[in-house]
Amino acid sequence: MSQTDHAHAAESHGHIHRDDIGSKMGMWLFLFTELLLFGGMFLIYAVYRYQYPDQFHIAGMELDTGIGTLNTIILLTSSLTVALSIAALQRKNKFLSVVLLLITIVLAFSFMINKYFEWGVKFEHGLYPGSETLLGKPNGEILFFGLYFIMTGLHGLHVVIGIIFLSIILAMIIKDKITFDNYVKLENSGLYWHLVDLIWIFLFPLFYLIQ
Amino acid sequence: MEYEKQTEHKHHHVGYGTLILIWVALIALTSITVTIAGISLGSYTLFVALFIAAIKSSLVINIFMHIKFDEPIFKVFLIVSGFTLIVIFILTFSDFIYRG
Repeated sequence: MSQTDHAHAAESHGHIHRDDIGSKMGMWLFLFTELLLFGGMFLIYAVYRYQYPDQFHIAGMELDTGIGTLNTIILLTSSLTVALSIAALQRKNKFLSVVLLLITIVLAFSFMINKYFEWGVKFEHGLYPGSETLLGKPNGEILFFGLYFIMTGLHGLHVVIGIIFLSIILAMIIKDKITFDNYVKLENSGLYWHLVDLIWIFLFPLFYLIQ
Repeated sequence: MEYEKQTEHKHHHVGYGTLILIWVALIALTSITVTIAGISLGSYTLFVALFIAAIKSSLVINIFMHIKFDEPIFKVFLIVSGFTLIVIFILTFSDFIYRG
């Protein structure tokens, strides 16, 4: 039975009581609340960068562009693998889907490991919220680092939540609870993961690429 | 075939090739933005960086997040929330810049 036949059968007989569109709509609505949550932070960033352009510039130079670029590539690649995982499941290739989802989770972990080392170096240099070194700096730099820690921190929290969600989805695919004709949960987790990627797409130039 | 077209919005499958192509574009745009950041373009640097980020996000939203092929209502949601965000930014800045 082909995919369309199957869908046709399901639609005409109404055997499957499921609302995939409604489910996705709920996910999108949730993503918009996330957008506004991060949007508010980007707004604070914009206002203070406008107020203290030079100090943001000086503080931004302290961030490691290399590790930021590496993490960008990692996240973009993990976005690809989760999208490929959906494509594989749609084509009834469960094995490939599982492998790709596993790669996504591994990439997400490596993002967090990089973040750990990146923050670790900052802490070693005495740069953490409320530290003496930081409080001795001018206002603009304190604000920059405050925003850096809260925004990349909140983003990192989303990465951790993403790892948990994707792992649950992975287990469900392995147990055949998510299959080629019922994969909206995988799609929704994918959407969440892409949002994490989207936010990073803006965080990266705003924090790591100030020259 | 006709039937497939009818339900395209529901069962449109993006091919592996398309996804990989988008990823290549995203990586290319990342290297461009990193390279440009090294060149001093003065006040344009930020705008160029944000412009590239906007292109990258439209690729992710349209293809990876499937919004191009999904229900049009999702697009409406996206426009409404994006517009809300822009309005908030404009209002905040018009207050902040013209403060005494």
